[in-house]
Amino acid sequence: MSVHPTSHSFKDNASRAIADGSVPRALKNVRQNFIDKRVKAVDALPEFEALRESAREIKNHTLAHLDLYLERYEQKVKDSGGHVHFAVDSAEARNIVLDICRKVGARTVTKGKSMISEEIGLNGHLEAAGIVPVETDLGEYIIQLRGETPSHIIAPAVHLTKDQIEKDFRRVHTQLDPNRDLTEKRSLLTEARTMLREKFLAADVGITGANFLIAETGSSVIVTNEGNGDLTQILPRVHIVIASIEKVVPTLEDVSQILRVLARSATGQEMSVYTTFSTGPRRATDVDGPEEYHVVLLDNGRSAMLGTEFQDMLRCIRCAACMNHCPVYHQIGGHAYGWIYPGPMGSVLTPSLIGVDKAGHLPNASTFCGRCESVCPMKIPLPKMMRHWREREFERNLNPAVARYGLGFWAFFAKKPWLYNLSTRVAAKAMKLMGRNKGRFQSLPGLGAWTQYRDFAVPEGETFQAQWKKRAGK
Amino acid sequence: MSSRDTIFASIRRSLHVKGDERIRSTIVDERLDRSPKGVVPARAQLDSAGKLALFIEKAEGVQATVARVLSPKDVPGEVARYLRDNNLPAALRMGDDPRLSAMPWKDTALDVTTGRSNGLDLSGITHAETAVAETGTLAILSGHENPTTLNFLPDNHIVVLNASDLVADLESVWARVRKKVGKGEMPRTVNFVTGPSRSGDIEQTILLGAHGPRALHIVVVEG
Amino acid sequence: MVEVPPQTCCGQPAFNSGDRRTARDLALQMIEAFERFDYVVVPSGSCGGMIAKHYPELFEDDPGLSVRAQKLAAKTFELVSFLTDVLGIMQVEAKHAGTCTYHDSCSGLRELGIKRQPRQLLGSVEGLEMVELKDSEVCCGFGGTFAVKYGPISDQIVTEKATNVNATGAKTLLAGDLGCLLNIAGKLSRMGSEVEVRHVAEVLADMTDRPAIGKMGAST
Repeated sequence: MSVHPTSHSFKDNASRAIADGSVPRALKNVRQNFIDKRVKAVDALPEFEALRESAREIKNHTLAHLDLYLERYEQKVKDSGGHVHFAVDSAEARNIVLDICRKVGARTVTKGKSMISEEIGLNGHLEAAGIVPVETDLGEYIIQLRGETPSHIIAPAVHLTKDQIEKDFRRVHTQLDPNRDLTEKRSLLTEARTMLREKFLAADVGITGANFLIAETGSSVIVTNEGNGDLTQILPRVHIVIASIEKVVPTLEDVSQILRVLARSATGQEMSVYTTFSTGPRRATDVDGPEEYHVVLLDNGRSAMLGTEFQDMLRCIRCAACMNHCPVYHQIGGHAYGWIYPGPMGSVLTPSLIGVDKAGHLPNASTFCGRCESVCPMKIPLPKMMRHWREREFERNLNPAVARYGLGFWAFFAKKPWLYNLSTRVAAKAMKLMGRNKGRFQSLPGLGAWTQYRDFAVPEGETFQAQWKKRAGK
Repeated sequence: MSSRDTIFASIRRSLHVKGDERIRSTIVDERLDRSPKGVVPARAQLDSAGKLALFIEKAEGVQATVARVLSPKDVPGEVARYLRDNNLPAALRMGDDPRLSAMPWKDTALDVTTGRSNGLDLSGITHAETAVAETGTLAILSGHENPTTLNFLPDNHIVVLNASDLVADLESVWARVRKKVGKGEMPRTVNFVTGPSRSGDIEQTILLGAHGPRALHIVVVEG
Repeated sequence: MVEVPPQTCCGQPAFNSGDRRTARDLALQMIEAFERFDYVVVPSGSCGGMIAKHYPELFEDDPGLSVRAQKLAAKTFELVSFLTDVLGIMQVEAKHAGTCTYHDSCSGLRELGIKRQPRQLLGSVEGLEMVELKDSEVCCGFGGTFAVKYGPISDQIVTEKATNVNATGAKTLLAGDLGCLLNIAGKLSRMGSEVEVRHVAEVLADMTDRPAIGKMGAST
């Protein structure tokens, strides 16, 4: 991968975000907007739960027959005049895209929002080859100007305030009047629209991701609100779709089921503004549309997740509901996770894609509050899979020595009921003594990380069971 | 071994299958052939008047504007009114959809040009194939009749919809598309459009007119 | 008849730390100690969730134990929901003067579906006035070892929780999970808040004459 992960320094990343303070402030918007709107949209559709179940079943069925659906899909793309390229890893995917661009002599490419493009580090690769990639989703455009990665999978610039965006526009759009008024959000949007309109019309190649690939028809589907994805794919001579292999679903009906849970879970819309089904290059009688249509199918470790305890993760449709509802994400934002997939879905997926040795913190940095799973439209058991990562780390001894020791010490007592009871009773009494009746400790040996931030309430003098025995004896 | 073969081998290894099991192929081909419907919300299962009322409510709920006319011959007048009321130039681009071509544009002062958009048109008009009452969504098919560029480049997108073409749900759209182009086939592009373009990327404030049309006006022909 | 057999811990700390073997050993001890009873009542949502939701998962690969785990899971209840959902108790005889607010613990809420039950019973306590807590369904940031391993993040989350608790103006914060109670009480105490923190059972059992969590001795 060319996007260098910093997931191993998750703790430092998180502390920096907290100390900076602007991230949690910016994320207040996410919490108010996405969460409230989702609830309204879900409440307005009595069939929502049934649709979740239906969507889950569709993906489970597809994954169990993934080889066959991919074959059918590939054949349909070819039948419609398109090309399918398979890429085992990021490097291969990047090179396939670059080759296509070179063959048509591309100088600039416009891009719709694609997390796969981020995953494979496409922009840097194209730039190094002298091709200018232009992100056209407003949020992606902003973070491209800043040289950042997205901090959220559907709202890439969610960590930024409008003042920061204004500064970036003034820094980069130097051909415009320096005295122009950019105080309103609308003026920022209008400026980006004007700047990007020229790029859309001039681009040689358009690259989009895909929310779905349809085996029945060989279609790729993009779901957007801005319309940038459509301008990206209908104006240039060549349209390249980059998608991972698990995006395939069987039929148009199946896509329709999942669409009903996608937008509601993501933004609280009933439908996103544009849902576009693209099949092959322009037809003989068409007057617009691309002359070439390519699909690059990326594996990058996903086929190895099938049949494991992480297979359920391949149902993910990238709606971001999990991070929108995650108390940890709310405090630290997306960049702290150190790679491109943040929040609960990233805490499961990132270790699979870059290795748990590099991303071991992510599945541990969860309170297991379960809110992510409860809102996941595809009913992915995210906490359960984070726990599976913890198990793998435990088995491989990747847990820090202190955590292992503490746990072993506790388990030694826990396995022996009488000793455990005795110990807890003694400990409780001892702690009461230590607290000298003040009712709380401001520091405790061995619990520094706790008492650094909060007091440790003194447990009652006797354990519940000791009290019970006393009562029963009366 | 090609990358394609590597990936298929890896999938099959993980799934513990060979790929040539007849039962699996039968299951897959049957599903592709039958296209089972799944859960279809009850919301839009209404008579035609109910569907139309729901469609208009949903479309207006996502900031589209809707006008109702009694006959195709009333469409040009309505379009001229819309452009005038919004202080827009009396100019319009369209494809060569026979339903649009047959309308009496000459009775208006509109400067009507045909063909794809090159990005300079302020207003474009396309004819919807159908629309979905459930969510206020238009379905527009690509082709020389209704070039896709007209759905995205002009600032103002006007769409004509025959009330008789309106359907309840997404599934009914696919039934129509299949009837037109055949099962398993698709036009180059099917655009589902639900309101005008928007973005929430600046501090989560929804602003209309991001890259696509700033305004979406739907003219429903009831006759 | 109610019995308290010799018991240990449900194994959740081990389970959540990835030590599946220890978790299974402990779960097996629990199963053996409790499977002879008609009902198992647990005073903490996370322990209840562990037994009711995760024990069957722990023994998925062992048909015999899986059945025993499922049987135990089916008769395990968190205390408050046991009172309402099993015993059908809709009101209690208890007095507690003053306003209370309630934090929905994550395990209780999302693993056991406990939301309306404590509010129903608290509504019947004489003198008690309930005021809803903003974001009551949001985690308090405890998460077992999370609070220690990722202290700064946990602190941010519990600070927000404690701030919301203070904003209600309630005299007492109630919850049904020992982890949350300890965490929020610790933060409120550190912030110098006057809000007292209690297990919801203390109010329902009319036992609030005893000191609140972290306030022992403070009143004497």
